[in-house]
Formats: sequence, structure tokens, C-alpha cells
Amino acid sequence: MTTSKMWTAYVTMMRKELVRIFRIWAQTILPPVVTTSLYFVVFGKFIGSQLAPIHGLQYIQFIVPGLIMMSVITSSYMNTVSNFYFAKFMRNIDEMLVSPMPDWLVIAGFISGGVMRGLIVGFFVLVVSLFFTHLAIFNIFVLLAALVMTSVLFSLAGLINGVFAKGFDGISIVPTFVLTPLTYLGGIFYSISQFPEFWQKVSLFNPIRYMVNAFRYGFLGISDVPVWVCFAVLTGFIAVFAGIILWLFQRGMGVKN
Amino acid sequence: MRNAIEVKDLRKRYDKGVEALKGVTLTVGEGDFFALLGPNGAGKTTLIGILTGLVYKTGGSAAIFGHDVTDDSSRAKTYIGLVPQEFNFNIFEKVEDIIITQAGYYGIPRSEALKRVEPILKDLGLWEKRHEPSQKLSGGMKRRLMIARALIHHPKLLILDEPTAGVDVELRRQMWTFLRKINAEGTTIVLTTHYLEEAEQLARNVAIINKGEILVNEPMQGFLERHENKKLEDIYISLIEGEHNDKQL
Repeated sequence: MTTSKMWTAYVTMMRKELVRIFRIWAQTILPPVVTTSLYFVVFGKFIGSQLAPIHGLQYIQFIVPGLIMMSVITSSYMNTVSNFYFAKFMRNIDEMLVSPMPDWLVIAGFISGGVMRGLIVGFFVLVVSLFFTHLAIFNIFVLLAALVMTSVLFSLAGLINGVFAKGFDGISIVPTFVLTPLTYLGGIFYSISQFPEFWQKVSLFNPIRYMVNAFRYGFLGISDVPVWVCFAVLTGFIAVFAGIILWLFQRGMGVKN
Repeated sequence: MRNAIEVKDLRKRYDKGVEALKGVTLTVGEGDFFALLGPNGAGKTTLIGILTGLVYKTGGSAAIFGHDVTDDSSRAKTYIGLVPQEFNFNIFEKVEDIIITQAGYYGIPRSEALKRVEPILKDLGLWEKRHEPSQKLSGGMKRRLMIARALIHHPKLLILDEPTAGVDVELRRQMWTFLRKINAEGTTIVLTTHYLEEAEQLARNVAIINKGEILVNEPMQGFLERHENKKLEDIYISLIEGEHNDKQL
């Protein structure tokens, strides 16, 4: 396949995914926006107004970057896991597998779909957050890099989950029992420095902590951990997960005999 | 003339130990209309799966127009259009979108795909349905949609895995006419079917596979003459039953 044909194939996958995301917007975009809005109202306004400032910021200002990141993580993950599993379940994954597209291109298509949905949802959540608080941008490059890399990472994780999922339970177990606890304990609603020392050390093993902090730094210029550490962790995880999914695809795991 | 398909000593053993192909060797010439027959579980779909990259072989070799399906799979796949046994398109997508997306996977730009889709859908009687979600199509229309999708990149080899299963007689005859037409235009066709009359009517060469082994591989006409011009169905049943009895003895 020539480079231009691969580009056409990639654009086709992106277009198909974009159409799907907006066709079923009530399932793909609306729920995370509504849920996050409730967080803004309940935690940000009602409860947050009674809390002391964190790092000199109002509580709602502190949690907005984390809540945007939470919706990006969940949307990216759910997009690839459900999309891949349904393609596998309905066997329309074969449309791609019988085509001359190389494995890495098919993976890139799924990942880009996850990133697209993550960014679209993140954008809408950001817009909604502006109704509740004022946000300045401290470093746009850090902010965008953290956003895109986190979305790539969780799209990869969702794809790996999709490969192994053998039923509808298989696509909800990881988000419910792994992703959600890690997200809530990743420093969205509080600064890790408020924890006792032991729990601060435990939180070092939570990768979401680094993503939330990098993103928060992009907005507010504050972070519990050095930003370069955040990006090193992100890069490491992306490299490992990309290697795993490429290996799984080359072995045809879950889709080929 | 080149061979469209060249399979040598092809073997497939599934993880659970089932040996689906036990050293299959066959060739399909360019431009041929080839029937691959056999009972359920004979290995037809496994063979097609290996040719199209959906199943990994465990031994032997297979090539499409000289391109190995393992070492040069991307090139080999450009020649193939596959109509699988089961409906496998996204039922929520529109007819036209399914076909144009498939074209995109082969690197055909959308503008070109839009030009190609009209004659194919008109030939297959689906043009009026192009904006309908595919779940609203009848069973026969869904079968034709799968043929349209397989043809959008103008493959030189069309593989049809039981394309007329569950299709009424009238529609089946229309599909025969269409398949004869594209074969006359140069597309090599490999057809698996349980309607043996269909194979007899359409195919110039036939192979019968059973339990992963090729029992017969020869021109249809010669095969029928060798069996005193009996119906293909009668010959097929005696062959498969004979094989079954031999194995029991």
C-alpha cells in the first residue's frame, strides 16, 4: 500500500468515526458533559464554596482541570473498547482485516477515534466549566501535550481491553473496577500534598496522578510532581501499551484464528 | 495465464487440535469460475480465511496472483474481494456509506468511490436504497450489499462464501446472471455453495473438499462426463458418503 493510499484509508477511518460520534451524540458526548456539570455544581459550587483555597486557588478552579481530564480519559477509553468490541462482535472488523491496511494503520484508526472523542468531550466540558469559573491558561503547550498524550494512552488501554473482551461484561469491568478508582484517587478533587505521607507514596503508583497534574500545570501552573516526570510517565506508558497492542494485532489475538 | 490462486500443501490446525486442512493443494486459473464444494466443517471457510488473511495457516503456502498471503499479504489482499457467509456490516450505517468506507480501506479516495458506487448499486438493484440504514434491507438485499462492498475496489478475484444462502429462487437467478457478467468481464470467481445446481450451472472447474482433504479437482464438464452425466448433487452425495463409509471401515 502506498503512502497516499494509507493516508486515504486513515482519513476514511477518521471520517467514519467522526460521523458515528456525532450520529449518536446522546451516547457519546452528552452523558460525560452532563455528569461533569453536576460535579461542577455540587462539588465546585455548593461544597467547594465552603472549602479553604488550595495552592491559593478557589476549589472549583482547582478541580476543573482534573474533571476535564477525567472525562477525556473515560471517553477515550470507552470509545476504543466499545468500538473495537462491537466491531469484533458483529464481525465488521473483517472489513478492515481483509483490506491491505497494515496492522499499525488499523490500530492508528481506532486510537485516533478514541482521541477524537476524548478531545470533543473535553472541549464541551471545558466550555461548560466556563459557566462556573474563570480559567486562565498558564502553558498551552503543556496543556495540549498532556491532553493528547493522555487521550492516546487511554485509547490504547481501551483497545487492549477490547481485544481481550469476550462479552459485554468484559468491556465494563476494567472501567468500573480499575479506571474509576484510579481516576478518583488520582488527585482530581484534592492535592496529593494534603495526604498523610504514606498515602502520598502510594499515590506515586497511580499513573493518572501524573496526567492530572501535567494538565493542571498547563492551566494553573501548579503541580504536585515535576512536569517532566509527568511526561516521562506518559511517554513510558504509551510506548509499553503501543508495543502490547501491536504484538496482539500481529498475533491476531481475539480477531483471527 | 497466471494462477489467481495457488495453494500448496496447505495445513491448518486450530488451537484445540482440530485439523481443518490436511495438506490441501489446488490452483485456480485467472478468469476461472471455480466452485469449492464440501459439507459443513469440510474446511472451505478455513481455506477462504487463509486466503483473505483472517486465519493463520500452520503449514504449506498460499498465493494470490503470485503474492504470498503471509509474506506479501498487503499486495495479495488488494486482489481479493470477499463476500463472507454471515452478514458482517454495521447495521446502523447507510448502504452507500458501508461501500464507500470499504473503498477507503483500499486507499480509494471518496470522490472516486462515489463515482464507482452508482453502477455497482444499480447493477445489484440497490441504488434506490443507498441512503437507507442497512438494517432496513431485506435478506436478499443484504446479500447483494455484501457483493457490492466486495466489488468496490474492482478486485481481480471475487470469493463468495455461500452467497445465495437463504435467497429466493428468482433473486438467486438474478445473482447468477450478475456473477456470469462480471466473470465474463475478467473477474476470477471462487464460489462455495450448498446449492449444487448453482455450482453446476456456473462453474467451469470444481473442487470437492471433505474433512480437510481435496477429493476432486477438475473441470466441471469432464467431472460430470466421467460420472455418466449424472447430476452433480448425486455424484457429490455418493462421493461424500463413500468417503464416510471408507473412514468407518
